[in-house]
Amino acid sequence: MARAITPGRKAVNTAIGAGIGILIFFPILWTFLTSFKSEATAIADPPVWFFFDWTFENYGAVQERSNYFRHFWNSVIISVGSTVLGLLIAVPAAWAMAFVPGKQTKNVLMWMLSTKMLPPVGVLVPLYLIFRDWGLLDTRTGLVIVLMLINLPIIIWMLYTYFKEIPGEILEAARMDGAGLQSEIIYVLTPMAVPGIASTLLLNIILAWNEAFWTLNLTASNAAPLTAFIASYSSPEGLFYAKLSAASTMAIAPILIMGWFSQKQLVRGLTFGAVK
Amino acid sequence: MGRITLEKVQKKFGDVEVIPPLDLTIEDGEFVVFVGPSGCGKSTLLRLIAGLEDVSGGEIRIDGKPATDLPPAKRGLAMVFQSYALYPHMSVRKNIAFPMKMAGMSQEEQDEKISKAAEVLNLTDYLDRRPGQLSGGQRQRVAIGRAIVREPAAFLFDEPLSNLDAALRVGMRLEISELHKRLETTMVYVTHDQVEAMTMADKIVVLRAGNIEQVGSPLELYKTPRNTFVAGFIGSPKMNLIEGDIARKHDARTIGVRPEHLQVVDSGGTFTGKVGVAEHLGSDTFFHVHLDEMDEPMTVRAGGEVGLSHGDTIHLSPQPDKIHRFDDRGLRIA
Repeated sequence: MARAITPGRKAVNTAIGAGIGILIFFPILWTFLTSFKSEATAIADPPVWFFFDWTFENYGAVQERSNYFRHFWNSVIISVGSTVLGLLIAVPAAWAMAFVPGKQTKNVLMWMLSTKMLPPVGVLVPLYLIFRDWGLLDTRTGLVIVLMLINLPIIIWMLYTYFKEIPGEILEAARMDGAGLQSEIIYVLTPMAVPGIASTLLLNIILAWNEAFWTLNLTASNAAPLTAFIASYSSPEGLFYAKLSAASTMAIAPILIMGWFSQKQLVRGLTFGAVK
Repeated sequence: MGRITLEKVQKKFGDVEVIPPLDLTIEDGEFVVFVGPSGCGKSTLLRLIAGLEDVSGGEIRIDGKPATDLPPAKRGLAMVFQSYALYPHMSVRKNIAFPMKMAGMSQEEQDEKISKAAEVLNLTDYLDRRPGQLSGGQRQRVAIGRAIVREPAAFLFDEPLSNLDAALRVGMRLEISELHKRLETTMVYVTHDQVEAMTMADKIVVLRAGNIEQVGSPLELYKTPRNTFVAGFIGSPKMNLIEGDIARKHDARTIGVRPEHLQVVDSGGTFTGKVGVAEHLGSDTFFHVHLDEMDEPMTVRAGGEVGLSHGDTIHLSPQPDKIHRFDDRGLRIA
């Protein structure tokens, strides 16, 4: 029997849900609105909500001061580069663990996951020294490598889960049909795993785009992505809310837009195999 | 050509021996059915022939050539799986073309073979659909189509009809038998359904716990089962196996009488009992009869309509020349 829900209860639930949604969205809305205010309006008390003189001057000032597009490209290269490199390593690894598991496969998977339990700051000093000695500090190559390593366990885990959902008989059928290992992966496994691979790709681009600990600690200016760009606006010289908001809006807009357009793919990938 | 020989073929998973060393020859063009209860090793045996599992010992030969160490693709065999195992991202056409593509066949040759296979299997109208848009029977036909175009030395079927409903199963059973008559290619077919085995096979291999219990034509197995296991497994409804005084009268530990070899007589007879359940099918009537001297009810098949029902007393008389006798070890006494 379906659970009976009275119209009154439905209205209350809807209101609670909407309230929580607005609460979560509020800081983003505040940032977005503040980015169009003058510095004076931004700190006005009581706050002004919608009825102020909308201005784009903060965006102009931010671009002039810190060259948004250079940071933007750094973010693109670092997030896409680390994700693609990670996939190249993770696809064969996940294939091996899903289809030819050994006795230690489960342990290896758990060990990889355990690296995510380590606080990053615990390895900051050794990693910083390695980067310094190898000349990787403040380089995009260095960040691609470190973010790839940070996200590799997640990429492998996600792909492993998707690959596990693919029936082994289909791969056996390919083998009977004369496919070697290479053809089996190219013509059968990969096309079937595309939804999973795509959502892994998207999620890891988002994670790498938003990663702030390593990008702030290992860059100064040359390789600094958008996270460092935002951080540079919360300086001890005094807070400029409007400009900080403009910088934040510019930094999160690309990934938000990408996330919006790929949400179907993301959700499909994340719930892959939940319902047959 | 497709003559398959197994010599002392053995399979172990870790320390567990699922198939003790066995010998078997499958002649070219033969339709051989492996039958047995679940867990008897019939699918494992098929997968050993296919090369999807490695043997733990022994030799497999296909047309006289050693195949034990060949990968599945090099054995020249085609397999149809229980789950169909179609490629879900490819159209029917591409599914059927896949083995030919792997073999590097020309596009014209592929097209010609696809249309021929589609015609034979009634798939012409569905060539551009994806497997997900087909019914179970159509999917199984695509799987068969994919196997045919390779022109394999032998077809291997792993319970191909188990996922189909009863009516479709009978239809597909006939189609596969007709295909065998037309292609005259060796077919090895695994099933747990003895009706499929009886209706399709030239030769039945009855397996239990990895051991071959008996090999023979369907009628050989029906008429002269080698032991009580085969006697009980082949034939539907299953043979009545009777122990005790009645068996001793026939100088046997156990005697077997098939339901169709028991006659309902007006009085006297060898067995007298009460009807438990009567199944009236029109063409036949099945009685499950409770006898004092037996724990399990005895099954009787009477031709046509017989007007007895629950609780009625029934007198039965077996046809004397159709009584099977088995010794202490369950083996047939000639």
